Amino acid sequence: MTPEDGRIIPAPATQARSRLKLIDCDVHHALRSSKDLFPYLATRWHRHLEQFGARRPIPFTGSSPYPKTAPALSRTDSWPPNGGPPGSDLAFLQEQLLDPYNIEYGLLHLLMSGMDERNQDLGNAVCSAINDWQYEHWTQKDRRLKAAIVVPGEDPPAAVREIERWAGNPDFVQISMVTHTIEPLGRRRYWPIYGAAQAHNLPVGLHSSGFNGHAVTGTGWCSFYVEEQHNVALSQQNLAISLVCEGVFERYPALRAVIVEAGFVWVPSVAWRLDQHWARMKDEVPHLTKKPSEYFRSNLWYSSQPADEPEKPEFLRQSLDWLGWDRLLFATDYPHWDMDSPEQAFKFRMSEAEQRMIFADNARALYGLA
Amino acid sequence: MALPAGIDCDVHPAVPGMRALLPYLDPYWQEQVTVRGIDGLDLASFPPQMDAHGRADWRDGRAKPGTSLDALRTHALDGFGSQLAICNPLYGTLAINNEHFAAAVARAINAWLIAEWLDREPRLRGSITVAAQNPELAVEEIERRAGDKRFVQVLLLAQGDAPLGNRRFWPIYAAAQRHRLSIGIHAGSTFRHATTSNGWPSYHLEDYAAHAQSFQSNLLSLVHEGAFAKFPGLIFVLIESGFTWLPAFMWRANKTWRGVRAEVPWVDRPPGDLIRDHVRVTLQPTDRPPSGADMQRLLEQLGRDDMILFSTDYPHWQFDGDAVWPDGFSDDLKRRVLLDNPRQAYPRLQEAQP
Repeated sequence: MTPEDGRIIPAPATQARSRLKLIDCDVHHALRSSKDLFPYLATRWHRHLEQFGARRPIPFTGSSPYPKTAPALSRTDSWPPNGGPPGSDLAFLQEQLLDPYNIEYGLLHLLMSGMDERNQDLGNAVCSAINDWQYEHWTQKDRRLKAAIVVPGEDPPAAVREIERWAGNPDFVQISMVTHTIEPLGRRRYWPIYGAAQAHNLPVGLHSSGFNGHAVTGTGWCSFYVEEQHNVALSQQNLAISLVCEGVFERYPALRAVIVEAGFVWVPSVAWRLDQHWARMKDEVPHLTKKPSEYFRSNLWYSSQPADEPEKPEFLRQSLDWLGWDRLLFATDYPHWDMDSPEQAFKFRMSEAEQRMIFADNARALYGLA
Repeated sequence: MALPAGIDCDVHPAVPGMRALLPYLDPYWQEQVTVRGIDGLDLASFPPQMDAHGRADWRDGRAKPGTSLDALRTHALDGFGSQLAICNPLYGTLAINNEHFAAAVARAINAWLIAEWLDREPRLRGSITVAAQNPELAVEEIERRAGDKRFVQVLLLAQGDAPLGNRRFWPIYAAAQRHRLSIGIHAGSTFRHATTSNGWPSYHLEDYAAHAQSFQSNLLSLVHEGAFAKFPGLIFVLIESGFTWLPAFMWRANKTWRGVRAEVPWVDRPPGDLIRDHVRVTLQPTDRPPSGADMQRLLEQLGRDDMILFSTDYPHWQFDGDAVWPDGFSDDLKRRVLLDNPRQAYPRLQEAQP
């Protein structure tokens, strides 16, 4: 299917657009401001938020530690004509994303959570409020949109309560946690959350996000956003390693976790590395009953964006062969500046069967979407 | 055609302990170390008693692996027919909070390496241990050792105080370039920061695996701070890093740079191109893919045959028997890895006369 001479054959655009219904596994809706949550928050928190704001372990009140490459991290054409930040206007999101790309389902990831709020009572309240808001203003208004239960994962009992509040509601198809956590997410303190996820048959969606006070690399703080953006993806590799090596999937074998917005071409080499060193260090991790790579193949999924662009496009096919074609979930990351369009994300030719897997059927099976 | 006698770019003579360094410390530090009972500065990120730290058939009872020159001769030099081996002692220095003490230990380790290893075995070459916590002191040590042509690189750690492209380290790079030394970045952590940006993992296996991510963070830093452009003649060697992650890493670095390069206008080429020109990697551990065919595809993706340098990582346990070569390396590539690539990566190898 890939020509021998390495020519670039674009994915058939009209085909994807007109015939293939897509499931987009990373769509970013947004609050117009934190006041959108006030109807769902006790009044004490209104005054608190106005006075103290969110308290995360970052230095600035109104900026990320690494100013992004575009306002709101977003495409310049994604600011709704009626005001508000990109992703905050349902009608415009429908017009710009859901309708033109023939998106059957869009899986929402809010890049805001109470999970990394240092005041835990506030964090718990914010998570609950976010879920109420998602339900009332998004999933109930467009049945194509499916939300993630945002949970305060640093307070696992509260997280489990929030899961119990929404489990069984078809508008919520997964559980969402920030990924920059106080401890690596495979550590035991988070396990009650995985127990609840498994019990309710909900995947855990782990979108790069959040602040934990740790340096953004294992060797300290980088200087530039161009570094930080990539380092955040590297931290998702460490997250996957943590889930595997700490034994989460041994304890919860039916648990499914999705690594969102970290790419996927890194997965094979991480798994090879773990297998090689596990062979010499397995005395340390007797709870692992099989090679680390096997957990990557059975319990982890990966969203596609940003799809990498190797020097030769067919190298990407090689990565998918190593990864397993059933592991990859298409995502646009709308409305962010680096969003992938379904027509241009993969610069090598796929068969129709391969397209169906990546653009829809893998996600359909994982999330149990009709 | 037989393979040539190679250059082993990563062997580990081990400092037995502070007592062994006492003769090489000045009287003040001799007294401090003795009176305070300072000892035990092996890095916790790779404890000597681990099975992986010393191959069973290379160990001598309970002795710390790497403490015997005879054993290194037998197992590493003779064992693999190497004509030269580069010594990378990893002891304490970079994790010591007291910069003055760190510099004293670095100086002692270098003197110890000369007297007890390099002077006694002509096939050995050295890496300069420096207290990179304080680049001014590190440069002093480089200047002290630069006249000895047996030193071929300056040794840093993959997980230290800050990403290694940071300008605070540039005086070290300037000194290295001036003396035609390369920069070796070796696996290992000072534990100054959590080993992952998600916090501290439970297991050594995770810490060890996480070095790959930190090496990548360091490469991003070197690219984007402009270190490769500032020091065009300087080669950075990733040691004990694995390398099968490199192609996928470069694709992502290239793509991110294309999107955000306005932030770093001095980076005028794709990061992957800069890395291919300025960075080398050692062979072991290989983190090998399932088959030789897979390895050949990876090598094609790597896109260069001059990047990999032969290493055994002696006495660490990275492979069994003499299976130092992963499947998928052609004889032509092995020849380059054994000899041509190390000579290019370490300009001083061609200058040093035993």
